[in-house]
Amino acid sequence: MALLRGRGYASVNYPTGMNLGGDPSQALIHATTMGGFVVSLSSVDLGQGLKTIAAQCAAETLGMPMDNVIVDTADTDTGPHCMGTFASRGTHRVGNAVIMAAREAREVMLQVAAEELEVDADDLETDGSGFVRLKGSPETKIHVQDIALAAHFKQGRTISGRGIFLKERSYPVPETGEMDPDSAQAHACTVAEVEVDDETGIVTVLSLHNAYEIGRALNPAMVTQQVEGGAWMGVSHAVFEATEPYYPSSRAHGPVDFCEYLMPGPAETPVQTSVILERPASNGPFGAKGIGEMTANAPIPAVANAIFDACGVRITVMPFTPESILRGLDELRDAEPSA
Amino acid sequence: MTVKIVNLKLNGVDKAFMARPETTLLLGLREQLGMMGAKRGCAQGACGSCTVLLDGSPVVSCLVPAVTVDGSTVGTVEGLSDGQVLSDVQQAFLDGFATQCGFCTPGMIMSAEALLERNPDPTTEEVQEAISGNVCRCTGYEPIITAILDAAARRRGTTAATTPETDEGPPPTTAYESSEGMRADV
Ligand code: FES
Ligand code: FES
Repeated sequence: MALLRGRGYASVNYPTGMNLGGDPSQALIHATTMGGFVVSLSSVDLGQGLKTIAAQCAAETLGMPMDNVIVDTADTDTGPHCMGTFASRGTHRVGNAVIMAAREAREVMLQVAAEELEVDADDLETDGSGFVRLKGSPETKIHVQDIALAAHFKQGRTISGRGIFLKERSYPVPETGEMDPDSAQAHACTVAEVEVDDETGIVTVLSLHNAYEIGRALNPAMVTQQVEGGAWMGVSHAVFEATEPYYPSSRAHGPVDFCEYLMPGPAETPVQTSVILERPASNGPFGAKGIGEMTANAPIPAVANAIFDACGVRITVMPFTPESILRGLDELRDAEPSA
Repeated sequence: MTVKIVNLKLNGVDKAFMARPETTLLLGLREQLGMMGAKRGCAQGACGSCTVLLDGSPVVSCLVPAVTVDGSTVGTVEGLSDGQVLSDVQQAFLDGFATQCGFCTPGMIMSAEALLERNPDPTTEEVQEAISGNVCRCTGYEPIITAILDAAARRRGTTAATTPETDEGPPPTTAYESSEGMRADV
């Protein structure tokens, strides 16, 4: 019969972190004999890029190249404490803890360098390429490898630092319900364009256009990846993923693996564009907020609104299956006064 | 159970390993030959993360009994680069940031290699079809599709593959607007 096009949008405000009974993460940094800086964390990188962000925060604060930073997330039994990577908190909590640890380590590094160069530590700066040098006299300098060797074998010091970020526990005020639940809020808007086949009920998401206000994009490529990969998950929630009608009563006929549990493939992927707005948050690491979870949110109501725009069917239960579209169209037809 | 010796040419080098009847090509590669590029995602042929080239064709190595590949040629992601210079497909994935956690990447790259070998100038639809057996749960596929089209363009060009920085990639879809001052959270 007809392919109906529609456009819809949705906005989301999303909290960075939570406080439960207080929400801390710790980081420890120490220098190796060769001037590498090991960042020890119990926070998990399962592909979202936390190790990259931790290394960036450490390198930026230490004034050393990224290559000098080794992030070790090996063991939650022996590492410094972390609540976990959830609640869009990783970049914010871990980033802040790493910056604090790196500041302390940097201070010791400069003190060791000052002793070697026989100058005042306050007069030293890093050049970003691995050297500590005297301000205004760049010839007077020492490489971090020599600083580390001097610390270990001559001065008998550890170049190390401790960091923690704690979001303090906050109870609601009983009278007003007022509380301080998060550390910042990121904002986003997604516009979706869809095509609805009114014969089959199939919804095709043609394109998504995202605008995100995220504080500071510590790693712009990873931000875009998170925004667009997350939006793809949103499309999946909106029009694909379902265990109905069998769940939870019976698993016998429901999807149990990759073959049967439907998510969009390469050919069902909408075209996407993304705009990132930076309004640094005062308490974020270099101003960053967290956007881990929110990226799947806005596309879902945006697609629902686009379906309404396309064919007049208002759906409030996910996923927006062909069956629900066809039932909605039938209801609209039934409601029409007969000619 | 009969243990058999399987001979194959792996990334151009003669190799042999011992396989039981139930040993898959994937397990042979990973556990006997130490080739960890191909990943074990589902072990049932549904995710494509174990994709390798068997006599030039892409196969899900988790479903291939090792004893059946005796005498064959096998290509894995390890064979694409000498450890110094990346292949054009790898370079295009890197430049286009077509990866996030990276688990699907070796399989995606091998499927792309197979596609470009038989079709140097694929359409977007042909790329989508070529990787339709490869599941990615991070990227939303779009950067992967773009990177494969980019790799195809580099391969068709004469110098593009070695000088990616001068290659005109697809126009960036991301715009940034930055305001310097910190402000209270909203
Ligand atoms: S591991 Fe072979 S297809 Fe998933
Ligand atoms: S990059 Fe994570 S699965 Fe594709």
